[in-house]
Amino acid sequence: MKLNERSLAFYATCDTPADNEGFLYKKGGRHAAYHRRWFVLRGNMLFYFEDAASREPVGVIILEGCTVELVEAAEEFAFAVRFAGARARTYVLAAESQAAMEGWVKALSRASFDYLRLVVRELERQLRRLARGAGAAPALPPKENGCASGRSPRGRCPAGATPGSRPGPEPAAAAPRRASAPNGPLDSASFAQLHEWYGQEVRALRSQWLKSQAQPEGGGEA
Amino acid sequence: MRYNEKELQALSRQPAEMAAELGMRGPKKGSVVKRRLVKLVVNFLFYFRTDEAEPVGALLLEHCRITQEEPSGFSISFLEDPERKYHFECCSEEQCQEWMGALRRASYEFMRRSLIFYRNELQKMTGKDPLEQFGISGEARFQLSGLKA
Repeated sequence: MKLNERSLAFYATCDTPADNEGFLYKKGGRHAAYHRRWFVLRGNMLFYFEDAASREPVGVIILEGCTVELVEAAEEFAFAVRFAGARARTYVLAAESQAAMEGWVKALSRASFDYLRLVVRELERQLRRLARGAGAAPALPPKENGCASGRSPRGRCPAGATPGSRPGPEPAAAAPRRASAPNGPLDSASFAQLHEWYGQEVRALRSQWLKSQAQPEGGGEA
Repeated sequence: MRYNEKELQALSRQPAEMAAELGMRGPKKGSVVKRRLVKLVVNFLFYFRTDEAEPVGALLLEHCRITQEEPSGFSISFLEDPERKYHFECCSEEQCQEWMGALRRASYEFMRRSLIFYRNELQKMTGKDPLEQFGISGEARFQLSGLKA
């Protein structure tokens, strides 16, 4: 299968901090020796290099659909990344300390895209519920986003609306009730602007609620 | 670069976010448009010959740019070589927009930024960290500082 390896190598060595990195011993095969490699976890990709200074990974383990477990091995602090299916490969790795091993097992078992998506959908659901509870229409960022490049986060809006055909949370409400809710501009709004907008919204709602609690003749702005 | 091809093949058989037969043209000069079954699964875009079960190839969708090329066509290029483009032809402008939107949201990095954003919003509104229930509130990869990378 063809794979955009150059892009993978670029992703592996880009400037942003890795999700986890360090030396691990990797077992070559069932009866093979362990090789010490520099491992870099980025997203759901576990890259391994000859050493920490290498610019090109020796290889990558794609971490979808795997389980991570401790194993009985001659090597101390060993654990395994196991895939399902017939003739599927099990990667046996060993850390250099108990703490490192625990760190890796935790990081790898939560590294899959699937897991992250689950968490994001749950947070989306909570946010939507809260927005509805406050009497506002769900004011979510629009479906679309700028380019999914990894450089500067400015001008990028993390729309989390549901992708195409998957069953899941209902799509974001078409038009918020308030005229002030930006739609188009939100596309290119920076995080600072988005925070400001949400902040204003919350303040406005609070103010409305406080007014509704005040005496009818009281009047005055909250 | 070595990679676990069997697992990637298994991934290509998982339920897809989006799947359709599209015209596809590779980045090499002089390449022609071919009909391919294009399938989006997590942050990979697989492409198959229309009558085959195993993919011809896969594109990891990290650090990529999705650009509209024609009313019903778009391209995918990668940060390390923005001129090298994979072209896709859709049957309508609507289908093109649908794919572009899905592909832009398909990266792990995009999902991570969404998580950080929602976490921050929920924390502001409730005063509580919504990641605590998952036991992942301490993870460095979900800190707000990650947005400033």
